[in-house]
Amino acid sequence: MRGMLVGIVAGLLAFGFAKTFGEPQVDRAITFESQIDAAKGEAPEPELVSREVQSSIGLLTGVIVYSTAIGGLFSLVFAYAYGRVGNIGPRALSALLAAAGLLSIIIVPELKYPANPPSVGNPDTIGLRTELYFVMVLISLAALTVSVIAGRRLAPRHGAWNATLIGSALFVVLIAVAQILLRDINEVPAEFPAVVLWRFRVAALGIQFVLWGTLGLLFGYLTERSMSATPARRVVYQ
Amino acid sequence: MINAAVAGPVAQPVPIPVRTLLPWVIFGGIMMLLMIYFVGAEEGATSIISGMYVHEYVHDGRHLLGFPCH
Repeated sequence: MRGMLVGIVAGLLAFGFAKTFGEPQVDRAITFESQIDAAKGEAPEPELVSREVQSSIGLLTGVIVYSTAIGGLFSLVFAYAYGRVGNIGPRALSALLAAAGLLSIIIVPELKYPANPPSVGNPDTIGLRTELYFVMVLISLAALTVSVIAGRRLAPRHGAWNATLIGSALFVVLIAVAQILLRDINEVPAEFPAVVLWRFRVAALGIQFVLWGTLGLLFGYLTERSMSATPARRVVYQ
Repeated sequence: MINAAVAGPVAQPVPIPVRTLLPWVIFGGIMMLLMIYFVGAEEGATSIISGMYVHEYVHDGRHLLGFPCH
């Protein structure tokens, strides 16, 4: 529950960020799309949901539902990891897990299949692109798990510092191999303004930094506070 | 939620038994993956509900959160 509530707060902040930095790029991309359609002599696409709704309440819903779910999953992972990853307090663990999540679920997949504004991408390949995107996320999570386990196994023999370095190197190698093997997608129209694309992607990444940053810090703070507030319950589980 | 019930002063964190966690993980996990699915993929690549309303409604969020949209 706490994870989901924190997720909502993170979602609100992420929405603010998205609205400020993301929407102008979406609007520019849509303007570009309409211009191309007009140049080809095609009628503009009918609007099932108006742009005002899409860019305000629709965006808000999407971001909140997404961040609430991420927050909930985050708290499940936290509940499992707490007490199992060495002697580390809730605040530090929460920040660490959020950083790991941001890296493996967002940054690594973005490197291969970055976020695209409207009008980039061929509608016929949406199935393929969606599959590849989720495969990349799964590979990234698997690679992180393997690397962390490997690092922990090596720690007694090589020391924590070296084991962490070896684990990180393993993660980089696994991701590099996966990204070389997975097929490339390049469907950016030749005339699409590069600046809009760049700003859109930076904004998309920024939204995730806000979301995961809030999640990691706020969840850790609240958990630490509630744990020190209820020491009596400890007896129940011991 | 669950973790609030576990440890007191955090000198030695006590792991929550997997058996206590499992029902949360299964039900919560499925529910939340479904939520992400609706924001991220419904009516793009695959579709449970017919029509494009869900897709169009969360359209901007989907683009900005980095999911392949259309």
